[in-house]
Amino acid sequence: MDNGTGIGARVKRKEDHRFLTGKGNYTDDINLPKQTYAYFVRSPHAHATINKIDTSAAKKMPGVVGVFTGEDVAATKLGGLICGWMIHSKDGSPMKAGPHPILALGKVRYVGDHVAVVIAETRDQAKAAAAAVDVDYGVLPHVVDVAEAMGHKAQIHDVAPDNRVFNWSIGDEAATDAAFKRAAHVTKVDLVNNRLIPNAMEPRAAIGYYDTGADHYTLYTTSQNPHVARLVISAFHGLAPEHKLRVIAPDVGGGFGSKIFIYAEEVVCVWASKFVGGRPVKWTGERSESFLADAHGRDHVTHAELATDAGGKIIGFKVHTKAAMGAYLSTFASCVPTYLYATLLSGQYNIPAIYAEVDAIYTNTAPVDAYRGAGRPEATYVVERIVETAARELKMDPAEFRRKNFVSSFPHQTPVIMCYDAGDYAAALDKALEIADVKGFASRKAASAAKGNFRGLGYSAYIEACGIAPSAAIGSLGAGVGLWESAEVRVNPVGTVEILTGSHSHGQGHETTFAQLVSDRLGVDINNVAIVHGDTDKVQFGMGTYGSRSGAVGMTAISKALDKVEAKAKRIAAAVMESSVDDIEFKNGTFTVKGTDKKMAFGEVALSAYVAHKFNSAEIEPGLKESAFHDPSNFVFPAGVHIAEVEIDGDTGVTSVVNYTAVDDFGNVINPMIVEGQVHGGITQGIGQALAEGCVYDKESGQLLTGSYMDYQMPRASDVPSYKLGFTCTPCPSNPLGMKGCGEAGAIASPAAVMNAVTDALGVVDVPMPATPHVVWQQLQHLKKAAE
Amino acid sequence: MDNFNYHRPASVDDAVKAAKAKPEAKYMSGGMTLIPAMKQGLASPSDIIDLGALKNSGISAGATLVIKAGTTHAEVANSADVRKAIPALAALAGGIGDPHVRHKGTIGGSVANNDPAADYPSACLGLGATIHTNARTIKAADFFTGMFSTALQDGEVITAIEFPIPKKAGYAKFPNPASRYAMVGVFAADTADGPRVAVTGAGAGVFRASTLETALGKGFASASLAGASVPAKDLNSDLHASSEYRAHLITVMAKRAVDAAK
Amino acid sequence: MPAISMTVNGQAVCGDVEGRTLLVEFIREKLGLTGTHVGCDTSQCGACVVLVNGKAVKSCTALAIAHDGAAVTTVEGLAQDGKMHPMQEAFRDNHGLQCGFCTPGMVIASIDMVNRLGKNLSEDTIRHELEGNICRCTGYHNIVAAVKAGAANM
Repeated sequence: MDNGTGIGARVKRKEDHRFLTGKGNYTDDINLPKQTYAYFVRSPHAHATINKIDTSAAKKMPGVVGVFTGEDVAATKLGGLICGWMIHSKDGSPMKAGPHPILALGKVRYVGDHVAVVIAETRDQAKAAAAAVDVDYGVLPHVVDVAEAMGHKAQIHDVAPDNRVFNWSIGDEAATDAAFKRAAHVTKVDLVNNRLIPNAMEPRAAIGYYDTGADHYTLYTTSQNPHVARLVISAFHGLAPEHKLRVIAPDVGGGFGSKIFIYAEEVVCVWASKFVGGRPVKWTGERSESFLADAHGRDHVTHAELATDAGGKIIGFKVHTKAAMGAYLSTFASCVPTYLYATLLSGQYNIPAIYAEVDAIYTNTAPVDAYRGAGRPEATYVVERIVETAARELKMDPAEFRRKNFVSSFPHQTPVIMCYDAGDYAAALDKALEIADVKGFASRKAASAAKGNFRGLGYSAYIEACGIAPSAAIGSLGAGVGLWESAEVRVNPVGTVEILTGSHSHGQGHETTFAQLVSDRLGVDINNVAIVHGDTDKVQFGMGTYGSRSGAVGMTAISKALDKVEAKAKRIAAAVMESSVDDIEFKNGTFTVKGTDKKMAFGEVALSAYVAHKFNSAEIEPGLKESAFHDPSNFVFPAGVHIAEVEIDGDTGVTSVVNYTAVDDFGNVINPMIVEGQVHGGITQGIGQALAEGCVYDKESGQLLTGSYMDYQMPRASDVPSYKLGFTCTPCPSNPLGMKGCGEAGAIASPAAVMNAVTDALGVVDVPMPATPHVVWQQLQHLKKAAE
Repeated sequence: MDNFNYHRPASVDDAVKAAKAKPEAKYMSGGMTLIPAMKQGLASPSDIIDLGALKNSGISAGATLVIKAGTTHAEVANSADVRKAIPALAALAGGIGDPHVRHKGTIGGSVANNDPAADYPSACLGLGATIHTNARTIKAADFFTGMFSTALQDGEVITAIEFPIPKKAGYAKFPNPASRYAMVGVFAADTADGPRVAVTGAGAGVFRASTLETALGKGFASASLAGASVPAKDLNSDLHASSEYRAHLITVMAKRAVDAAK
Repeated sequence: MPAISMTVNGQAVCGDVEGRTLLVEFIREKLGLTGTHVGCDTSQCGACVVLVNGKAVKSCTALAIAHDGAAVTTVEGLAQDGKMHPMQEAFRDNHGLQCGFCTPGMVIASIDMVNRLGKNLSEDTIRHELEGNICRCTGYHNIVAAVKAGAANM
């Protein structure tokens, strides 16, 4: 539609007015009559037995209406938290999933583990009484470092005596070994992908409510996927069947993966309501609780080797990764370091043989699960750091080394499952080289050197697989759910439209982009389109938003439903205008009869559909409402080239990202303004990982040392530059809109780009992330010593 | 946080009386450190004596610069008198926390709290300030007695800080990347009594760096600091910086402070 | 419990508070103005920033009782006669928000910035002055653009 609100238009967001005027409706903004407040007693120990919990003093504290422990939960037969993706080890054995009780039973396994809950009239009363819960712990040995955890004397789960959850592999080991045998050069790297704490700005929160009259539960929660939450709480925890549980995820203040998972706190709130007389139970996490008990991200230790032939062609790639799972397997933890990671180890390159092995390992830390990019940033980091290192070792220009090895014809089947469907990697590289003014880099480097500073340039040619994914395919790989998406298009009699979607917006702007699609397709004013999401009572089942899937999967479902609406509207228009449906054309919101001047506006047809006076309702049902489920036929493969330029203060070790260029291929784009915003945010999180953010547990005590913004550096405005963006476009062939996904790309690409720039600046092989001033200064000291 | 009794006296005398009546009372000025500490359960006073109603703010410049205790960081940063008399002090105040903190936090509160990573103590020590209280005056050298500890007696309240005006002075801060408090802050002043260098953030409390002062004796220029250093052994070592790194930064920041001195 | 009164968004309000009641708790829970958010517990994120007597402060680090008699402006009080404040408009026009959680504090802090420093703000100044406000979504790029544009229109 050519009114400036269709596909490709920079439409201002429809949701912004409420957020800008303070009328957003986040979970903590909701208060229910007779509400009580929950506060959790958390483990102060990394690993301990629970010998005894004495709640008697707490129960007598002012305002307390209930104190519950793991035994109370167990007595009601409420099931524990689950991991929904089965991974089998190389030897065929299933992953070793230890029990994950909602409140600890007999043992705590990380600092922050949920031990008991106190429910009181006010938050202060609950907190005060929580301090009076007396827990007798028997402290056990602990291990927090994934590199040391396998076989450590701290045995975290009985089911996994060596702390290893699985030993999984992918690729052809023999073919890869053969490639290494004939290699002219082998590049080796050891890399740590630092543990991150997601830190969506809205802390998690929940309100659970049990209606004693209707025997029905309602849960308001900060979720990226309320239907999945309902499914898990019904089917696995066994709280109530799905028709007796409503889950509502209202406005959600950022997720980045951390709000996909089903957490103890929300399950406890909705469970406990029944046991405090059906009064609503509200919990709002404090930020320090987010640090302790939100699922963390990354935490890999990797050894990788890359084989090249005499001509500089990559011929083989071997990777071994130790991936921390934390103390329990979170909802999707097991798929992150496996199918979301190792399947991307081919990068943008034509690599004939790849073999990867992953050990997933328990540690006495918060669970680790998907965080923006989930596996793909880790893969990109390994691939792009080793490719850069290989180019340096081979004395080749890093850009040209990449170009030489790019996949250049499509479809391209990699040795690690993925089949890349479309792309033009060289085009993105060319554009990035130009925008980043790589030609002028040498003189900028010289200018920095003259000031005693170090300047470096780093590339990251990333690829990701998102829009996850064909249900049958992921089912064969162990997924416990299908990953289609649903949509319902309700056309009202006056021609306005409601879209019910299983996707969930927590910052992505679906209320705008989804409306743009409808406006484009039906010619309806964008203000006459409402997007309904986030409520299991309103929306048909849906899978939610993560893995950059809402465009490629969610919007395709809407598009399919719109196809059906259009087809039915054509039949109605044909009946009303007394013509053959084959002669009806629909364009810009108007139905016309080919070769005549007969026409009907979309709104008129909608009214006719509901009035139902002018067609035979035995042949055409009244009404205009259609739904669709879309199961994708492939992943989508966004790719691009990012170039970071850093300057390091030679006196202090402070690294500044002085230029950052991102050229991305997201296929067709619905709203460039929103897409750019997604890229900006992703890059910043990746720069955060590279230079600032590092979750640190103390080895000695097992305590989380980076437990607040006092010690965990969140990127602030002055820590990052403005970004230079460019786009290329190869439309995705596997969905009708030609869309890929844009939500994670920035976070996937940028850590490698920044660290390649840092190592380039210093002329060293590796600098650990986060490359804080202290870390970089230590490198400078090594260099100084070496020069002496 | 735990509840407390709240008092809002209108005079210094009333404030002192209220404080002396309750052994577990605490004064609150801007509250920028006390309230977060109470929220984390690190402080749990029985009574809060809010000094906000004293209206004890204002700056007067003469032979010395006198800043009343209740003057906010924003007021100090923006004061024409401070900018003229001791521009480094205005710059220091303008770099404390963030704009919102500077609207509430006060010089008296900061000095009385003596956080080892606070900025103001370095200016007090670096300039040889005098701390005025309801009862007496205390030289900065005698005032800061260790981490979060000062020479203030129970119930004693700061009323003003008096700064001698140096020939020139500069302040350079290397912020902790996460908290943005000083990981190393150096206040360097060229005074009538010679060069003075005070360091905050790096040790258990603010201290004077005698080796750097001696070096600056050759002339108040960053070149004089070449090769000069502060021993690392007594400095803080934590997640964000080793004592060696802090020692290194002290010299770097000292040079920058001297270069910036006006 | 002591009673306090203040002017919030131009309206006289009053309520009972404990000594420990934070200004943000009074605003959110007693007055039901939930546009002001709490994003951290160490006084750093700035989601709770409001104007008190015209100046930006962190309402999570302020006692309600100490603000008896104060004039407070929250994000709900910025639009006049149904028309958004130029800074709010600029955030929308420049896509300076995504999830919206940090947004009220960002907008208030930005207005305060212009009030203090004038309309002509460099990128460096804006980034530096946003020291007390953390955003996890936007990467700040579009916030900086929004503040610049909003300042020009104030």
